[in-house]
Amino acid sequence: MEQKNNTLLIYTLLYFAFLYIPVLFLPIFSFNDANYMSFPLSGFTTEHYEEMWAKTNLHKALWASIKVGVVASVVSTTIALFAAKAFARYKFRGQNISYGAIMIPFLIPEIILAVAILVIWLSLGFKLGLVPVTLGHILFCTPFAMLILIARIEGFDFSLEEASRDLGENAWGTFYRVSLPLYLPGIIASLLLSFIISFDEFVLAFFLTGSDATLPMYMWAQMRFIQKLPHVLALGAVIIVFTTFIVLLAFWLRNLGQGKEKAEFGIKIHE
Amino acid sequence: MNDSFIQINGISKHFGNVKAVDDVSFQIKEGEFFSLLGPSGCGKTTLLRLLAGFEYPTSGNLLLDGSDITALPPDKRPTNMVFQNYAIFPHINVEKNVQFGLRKLGLTNDEIIKRVKDVLSLVKLEGYEERYSSQLSGGQRQRVALARALVRQPKVLLLDEPLGALDKKLRDEMQLELRTLQKEIGITFVFVTHDQQEAISMSDRVAVMSEGKIQQMSSPNELYKNPQNIFVSDFIGETNFLRAKTASKDGEYINVNIEDLGSFKIKNNLNISENASDVICSVRPETMMIDREKSDWDICLEGKIRQTSYLGEMTKFYVETKEIEKIITVSSQYFDNQSFQDGKCFISINLNDISLLNKK
Repeated sequence: MEQKNNTLLIYTLLYFAFLYIPVLFLPIFSFNDANYMSFPLSGFTTEHYEEMWAKTNLHKALWASIKVGVVASVVSTTIALFAAKAFARYKFRGQNISYGAIMIPFLIPEIILAVAILVIWLSLGFKLGLVPVTLGHILFCTPFAMLILIARIEGFDFSLEEASRDLGENAWGTFYRVSLPLYLPGIIASLLLSFIISFDEFVLAFFLTGSDATLPMYMWAQMRFIQKLPHVLALGAVIIVFTTFIVLLAFWLRNLGQGKEKAEFGIKIHE
Repeated sequence: MNDSFIQINGISKHFGNVKAVDDVSFQIKEGEFFSLLGPSGCGKTTLLRLLAGFEYPTSGNLLLDGSDITALPPDKRPTNMVFQNYAIFPHINVEKNVQFGLRKLGLTNDEIIKRVKDVLSLVKLEGYEERYSSQLSGGQRQRVALARALVRQPKVLLLDEPLGALDKKLRDEMQLELRTLQKEIGITFVFVTHDQQEAISMSDRVAVMSEGKIQQMSSPNELYKNPQNIFVSDFIGETNFLRAKTASKDGEYINVNIEDLGSFKIKNNLNISENASDVICSVRPETMMIDREKSDWDICLEGKIRQTSYLGEMTKFYVETKEIEKIITVSSQYFDNQSFQDGKCFISINLNDISLLNKK
C-alpha cells in the first residue's frame, strides 16, 4: 500500500511540474533585471512592470479586449442559456443534431473558423475590426457556455417551475422568480469562463482585428522586438494571476450548491 | 352543494400513440374528497395535470364551477397543486414560499401577513418561517407545500401522491390529518394515489383507473364490497379468484357451477346473464374461516397449510386443497402461525361473501 501511494504521489508531482513549471518561468523572469530569458538570474527589479504600466498602446489593447470579452460573454451566455434550457428540459425532434450544430465550433480548428469568417466578412464589404472579432468570439464561446449551463440545468427540478405557474406566475414571472436565481451560479460561471476564453483568444483576433489590436495581438506584436520582451513577461504574469483567479472563481460558482445543500445557494435577487 | 362542481367531459390525452387518458367523463362534487386510484401508468397523474393546466387535452373539455377551464394556463386556474416531491422553492425560506402565490392576488400587506400566519398555524408550522427546504424533514416539506397551495384559497386542491415519500407511521398520521383538514376547510380535494389503502381510508369517493379509463367510481365501501370487475376486485384489497360457469337465473340470484366445487346459488349483483358462461367468483381472505374442525358453512374444504405470514393483528394462511388447483389465501385474527402444528385445517366460505364478476 505504502509503495503504491508513493508512486501515485510522484506521478502527481511530475504531472503538476509538467503543467506549471513553464508557466512559472514567466513571473520569475518578469522580476529579473535583464532583457533575456536566461539563467542565472541577474537581480530583482519591478522596472518591467513600471514600463508595462506606461504603455498607452497596451491600455488601448486591454480596453479593446475587455469590450470584446464582455460583449462576447454576455451574448454567448444568453444564447447558451436558452439552448441549455431547451436541451435539458424538453425532448424534441432533431435534438441531437441541434446539439451537435452548437458544439461544432468547439471542434473546428480555429484557424478555419477564422478564415471562414474573414472571407464572408470581407465579401459582404464590411471593415475588419473589433466587431467581427466579437462575432467570432461569440461563436467560439457559445459551446463552452452551453457545457457549463447544461451541467447546471440538468438535474434541475422542473416541477419548481410548474409550481410557480400553479401559484399564479406567468412564464416570465416564473423565469425571474424561480429559474434565474437557481441558475445564477451557472450563469456567472459561464460569463466568467466565456470572458476568459475571449480575453485569451489569438487566432480569430489575428485574422479579424485589422488595426484595433486586442491584448494577445498586442503581445504578439511586441514579441518581435527583443528589447520589448521584458514588459510582455510582466504583462503575461499579470494575466496568469488574473486568469487563474477568474477560472477558480468560475469553478467554485459552478459547483456551488450542486451537492446536498443545493438549496440555499440560489442567489436572492428579489425580496 | 354543487354535485357537478368539476365536470370532466369526454377527456382524452394522447402522447404520440399512447392514450394516457382515454375518453373519460365524470363529475366531482363540491367539497368532496375525491381520489384517483390506479397502478402507475394508468393515467391518473395525467388527469390531475390536465385539471391543473400542465397538460391540455387532446379532446374533451373541463368545467370548474360552471366555467370552461379547458384552455386556461395553470396560473389562470382557481386550482392549486401539492406536488409529489413537494417542489418547495429552495432559494427562499418557508415564509416566502408560502407568500409566493399571493403576489398576484392584489392583497394588502396586512392581509398577506395574516393569511400566511393563519395557514402556517393550520398546517402546524408556526416557528418555521425562516427555515429553508433543506432544513426541513419530509413531513414538514409536505406541510409547506400544503400551506403554499391553501394560502391562495383555491376552489380545488390537487394532490399528486403527496404521502408517497413519507415513512409508514408518518403517512398514517398525515392521512388522518389531511382528512380532518379537508373537512375543516371544506375545499374540494382531488387526490392521486397508487395506494389503495390510502384511497379507501381517506376518500368520499374513489375512481379506480386502469389503461386510461375509469374502471369503477364509487364510495370506498362499494369498491371493496361490490367491485364491478376483476381489475377492481384484484386492485382493491386482496382476493381469491375461482373460475365458474353460469347456469340458470333465479331472480336476484344465479346458479353457477364453480370449478371443482359444484353448483351454488349466488347473488347476481352485476346482473350477469345466463349466457355469459365463463365467470369469476371473488372471495376475500378475511371472509373465509380457517379452523381445525369442519364447520357447517355453505362450503367447507379440507386443506393443508403451505405457508403462513404473521402480520400481528392477523395471520395469512396459504392453503392447498384437494378440490381447487390454486392456493387459497385465508386470513384470521384468531389463529396464528403456531396454531396448526400439523398443517391440517378446514377452510369455510359463505355464499354471501362471494362476488360474481364477468370474465373479461
